[in-house]
Amino acid sequence: MADLIRGNALVADDWTWVRLPESSEPVRKSAGKVVLFKLTGEPAAPEDVIAACEVPAGKVLLPLSVWLKRRDELAVRADAGEIGVWLDSHEEPAELAESLGDNLNRLPVIGVNFPKFIDGRGFSTAFLLRTRYGYRNELRALGDVLRDQMFFFHRCGFDAYLLRADQKPERCIAALRDFTTPYQTSTDGLPPVFRRRVGLGAPA
Amino acid sequence: MYRYDDYDRALVTERVAQYRDQLQRNLAGELSDDEFRPLRLQNGLYIQRHAPMLRIAVPYGMLSSTQLRKLASIGRRYDRGYGHFSTRQNMQFNWPKLEDTADILAELATVEMHAIQTSGNCIRNITTDPFAGVAPDEIVDPRPYCEVLRQWSTFHPEFAFLPRKFKIAVSGTLEDRAVTYAHDVGLQLYRGQTGEVLVRVIVGGGMGRTPILGSVIHDALPWKHLPTYLDAVLRVYNRYGRRDNAYKARIKILVKAIGAEEFARQVDAEWQLERDGIATVTQAELDRAAAAFTDPDAPERPSTDAAFDAAVAADKAFARWVSRCVRAHKRPGYRSVTLSLKPTGVAPGDITSDQMDAVADMADRYSFGELRVTHEQNVVLSDVALADLHRLWQEARSHGLATPNIGLLTDIICCPGGDFCSLANAKSIPIAQAIQEAFDDLDYLYDIGELELNISGCMNSCGHHHVGHIGILGVDKAGSEWYQVSIGGAQGNTTSLAEVIGPSFAAEEVPAVVKTLIETYVEARTPEERFLDTVRRVGMAPFKSRVYGETTKNAEAAHG
Ligand code: SF4
Repeated sequence: MADLIRGNALVADDWTWVRLPESSEPVRKSAGKVVLFKLTGEPAAPEDVIAACEVPAGKVLLPLSVWLKRRDELAVRADAGEIGVWLDSHEEPAELAESLGDNLNRLPVIGVNFPKFIDGRGFSTAFLLRTRYGYRNELRALGDVLRDQMFFFHRCGFDAYLLRADQKPERCIAALRDFTTPYQTSTDGLPPVFRRRVGLGAPA
Repeated sequence: MYRYDDYDRALVTERVAQYRDQLQRNLAGELSDDEFRPLRLQNGLYIQRHAPMLRIAVPYGMLSSTQLRKLASIGRRYDRGYGHFSTRQNMQFNWPKLEDTADILAELATVEMHAIQTSGNCIRNITTDPFAGVAPDEIVDPRPYCEVLRQWSTFHPEFAFLPRKFKIAVSGTLEDRAVTYAHDVGLQLYRGQTGEVLVRVIVGGGMGRTPILGSVIHDALPWKHLPTYLDAVLRVYNRYGRRDNAYKARIKILVKAIGAEEFARQVDAEWQLERDGIATVTQAELDRAAAAFTDPDAPERPSTDAAFDAAVAADKAFARWVSRCVRAHKRPGYRSVTLSLKPTGVAPGDITSDQMDAVADMADRYSFGELRVTHEQNVVLSDVALADLHRLWQEARSHGLATPNIGLLTDIICCPGGDFCSLANAKSIPIAQAIQEAFDDLDYLYDIGELELNISGCMNSCGHHHVGHIGILGVDKAGSEWYQVSIGGAQGNTTSLAEVIGPSFAAEEVPAVVKTLIETYVEARTPEERFLDTVRRVGMAPFKSRVYGETTKNAEAAHG
C-alpha cells in the first residue's frame, strides 16, 4: 500500500487514483514540429479507452484525458468536490486550466505523475500550477515518488506525496528538511539567500 | 576569491550528510544501484572501469593553495598519489573506494569544496576564462556573475532531473576564452553604451555526436535578469527537450528542431512570469560577490625589470618558457604564468600530490595563494611579479611543471579515454603520449607554432576534438580501436568545427598521420600563418591527398 504524506504528516488517503490501462499503441517518435516534439514517445489515450474508463464512487483523481472528454457527465460530482485531476509528465497545465475557465481552484486536488523519478518535467508543471495558474489547493506528487526528491518536490509547490510502495514514510518526511536554507527562491516563497544576506528578505 | 559564509557552509555540510545516507542505503541494499546512480552522479561519482571516479567541483576554475593542498592529501590518502584536471576545470580522482566517498566529501567540505552537480542530468559546474580578473583584454570580470549563477544553479529544485546534462560557460573578454559557442548556454558579458553590463545569451551549442555552434537568443540582457531569464531557458528545455533518446536530449537538439527564433520566443514568453520578481539580482548582491574577487593587495611594480631581461637574454630555455607560458597582465610589472601539465610521458592533465603541494607553495610565494585551472588542463598562477619569474621557473622546472609547450602541438587536450572511462570507444592517453614522443624536438615544435590538438575517446567529446585545429576521435570498428582525424576546428572568437579528413586509422598510424598533416602545412604556409590559418586558406584537399596518398603508398609497399 502506498502511503500518503500531506504537509509533513502521514495521513489516510481518501482519494482513489484512477489510471487508464497501459496503451498498446506503438510509441510515436516524431520530432521537428513543436507540437509533435512535445509529444515524442507519448501516445494519447484512444477514445474508446477514455469512454470505457470506470469512475468509481467517492473522491476520485482522474486522468486529464478522462476529465477533458467527460466533464459534462462529471460536473455534478465536481461541484460536490469529489473530482481531482492528475497530469502525466508530458501533459499541459494550460489544457486543464482552460477546461476550468482558468480557475484551477475549483479542484480540491491536482496530481502530477512522475512515471520515472529521473523524468523531471513534473517539477516545472508544479511550479507553473502554483505560479502562473495560481493554484492553491492540494498538489500531489504521484508515481515514482522517492525520498531523495522530497526536498525538491516541496520547493516546487507540492504539499502531498503519494509514496512509492517501498518508501519509508518517516524518512521521507525527514527528507523534506534535508537543507535548511536553499540558495534560490521557488514557490515556497523563501527569498533567495542573497536577499537574506543583506536583510531585505523576510526575517529569518 | 569567494569565501563561504554560514549559508554556503550549511548547504555543503547538509549535502555530505544527505550523500552519506544515500551511500549507506546503497551499501546496505536498501537503495538499488539503478536508483543510486542518478543520485551519486549528481555528487560527481561515476563507476568506471577500475573503480569509482570522483569528480570534484572547482567552481569556475578557481582554487586556493589551501584547497589544492587538501586535494593533494586526498590524492595520497584515498587515491594513488595523483589527480587529474578535466576539461571542465574540475579535478578527478580515478581510484577512490566507494565506501570512502562520503569521507572524502566531508574532508572537502572543510576547505569549502564539494562534488555537487559535477555530473548527472543537471546544471553542471560553470566554467569561465582562466585569466579572469587579470587579462588585459577584459571588459567585465566574469567571476562575480559566475558566483551568482553558482548559487542560482546549486540544488535548483526545478532542474535537478533534466533530459540531459547542462553546461554553462561565461566570458567577459574581447577574445572568448571560454568556448561560449560550444555550450548549452554561453554567456558573453560586455558593456552597453552607458557602461552597464549586458549579456549576450547563446543557446544550443555543443560538441558530442551532433556538434553545433550555439545561436544568440538575447543580444543585450541586463545582468540582473540572469537567474530569471535562465530559469525560463531551463524551463522550456526541461519541459520540451527530448527524453526518449539520450543522444537527442541535449538542448541543442530542441533548439534545432524548433528553430532558434521560436525557442527565443518561447523563452521570452516564459520569462515574463518571473521577470523583475524576487529572483532578480540586486546590486548589493553583485557587489558582495564582486568584493570576493578584488585584485590582490599587490604592491606597485615597475613595468620592466632589468634582471628579468638579462635572464631572458642569457638563458634560451628560460626565454622559451617565457615565450610560451607567460602572458601579459593588466597591471604593470605582473604576469600570468601557465604551468604545463603536458610533459611528454604523462597523461595530459595529470598532477601528482607532490606536484600539487609544490604548486600550492608556489602560489603562496608568488601569486597571493590562488591559482586557476584551465579547460586546456593546465594550471595558472595569475599574479606573478615580473621580478619573480626566473625563480618561479626554476622551481617549476624542478617539479616537472615548466614544459614550455603551452599552445603548441604537445599541449594536447585529452580526455581520460579507454584507460579509465567506461563509455570510451578507444584509448586516448596512449595516443597523446605517442604524439608527444613523435614531436619531442623543441625546435621543430616551435617552428610548427601554435597548434591545438584535442583527443576524445568517444563521441561524448570530453576532449573537445571538434574544436581542435587537429581533432582525434576514438571510434569502434568491429570491436577494435580506430581513430578518426579531423582538421580546421577552433575555439575563441572564430570558433569553428573541425572536418573529418577521411577513413579512420589504427592507433600506431596516428603519429605518422599527424606528422604528414604538419609537413603539408609547413610546405604550404605563408610566413604569418598558423596551422589553422593554412587549413582555412587552402582547404582540406591537399591535406587529404597527402595523408591518404601516402597511406596507400605505404600499404602498397608493405604488400609489394
Ligand atoms: S570523450 Fe568519451 S571516452 Fe573520453 S572521457 Fe568523455 S565519455 Fe569518456
